[in-house]
Amino acid sequence: MGLLTNLRDSISRVTDRLFSESEPKRIGIYGPPNAGKTTLANRIARDWTGDAVGPESHVPHETRRARRKEDVTIERNGKTVTIDIVDTPGVATKVDYKEFLDHDMGKEDAVKRSREATEGVAEAMHWLREDVDGVVYVLDSTNDPFTQVNTMLVGIIESQDLPVLIFANKTDLDDADVKRVADAFPQHETVPLSALEGDNMDEVYEKIAAYFG
Amino acid sequence: MVEATTHDSEADGVRMDLISGARMDGLTSMEKIRLILDSVRNGDIVVLEQGLTPDEESRLIEVTMTEISPDDFSGIEIETYPRPSSSSGGFISRLTGSDSEANKLTVIGPANQIETIEKDEEFISTLVSRK
Repeated sequence: MGLLTNLRDSISRVTDRLFSESEPKRIGIYGPPNAGKTTLANRIARDWTGDAVGPESHVPHETRRARRKEDVTIERNGKTVTIDIVDTPGVATKVDYKEFLDHDMGKEDAVKRSREATEGVAEAMHWLREDVDGVVYVLDSTNDPFTQVNTMLVGIIESQDLPVLIFANKTDLDDADVKRVADAFPQHETVPLSALEGDNMDEVYEKIAAYFG
Repeated sequence: MVEATTHDSEADGVRMDLISGARMDGLTSMEKIRLILDSVRNGDIVVLEQGLTPDEESRLIEVTMTEISPDDFSGIEIETYPRPSSSSGGFISRLTGSDSEANKLTVIGPANQIETIEKDEEFISTLVSRK
């Protein structure tokens, strides 16, 4: 076997590894704090693997490290997609330990939590620039979506040319407004859901399979 | 760069740095971020004639997080006009160099001193308080 043949085989192996369709895509779950990202990640993971990803809480910045659930295989309409779910800390431009004091926390614990939260946000931004292949952007549909963090984050995702789905979460709550979320980001598809109650998960899985498959 | 103060002495007032696009054009991304954060950490308000690119915004958030410390600096408040939905700033615009997203007025200040009162596609109203 000649040198050229060896070289061609070697290049072929590298390109196969780089562009392999079978390699699970890493889908980052992004959004502001308390949007329900971990609840969604746990719902997806439990539905398809039986395991959870991490603890859920109403206290902001409960998730302070990015957590990856590997090889989640979703089947929809005869199509199978295997993804790694990356549950990321909520993104913010400010973290004040004093906001945690309202949640029955002493100063020492609040300061520790805020320090970990800032590290988590920085980590989430790094993942977004370097290590995800697609994004599910989760919003609490009872809140105003026109915030600077949302505008910046979606702009950053678009600049990376990553496929993105907007998930309007918490539709089980009375003041949920899915249209307001859809109007805020008309350039992207918006999927309503309640990750907590498991409402509309069929459409969630159809869209994930279609967008990231 | 135009520098304006709301009072006669900086000790009494809030300093605002109005930075031209031409001034920022000559800086690297990290120099821009350093310029912004040094001012904001000093309690100043920074107004950029032209905004940051998405990548620079991403790094600004990341560097801001590393500098937050209890009872000293709790982060930044940043406001720009919303991006028009038609300009996604994706591959094509980067390829053609038509980075229209950067042409947006941006207001940045310390999180504990600046509060957005009202904002729409053409208007930003903020309340700035002294330290």
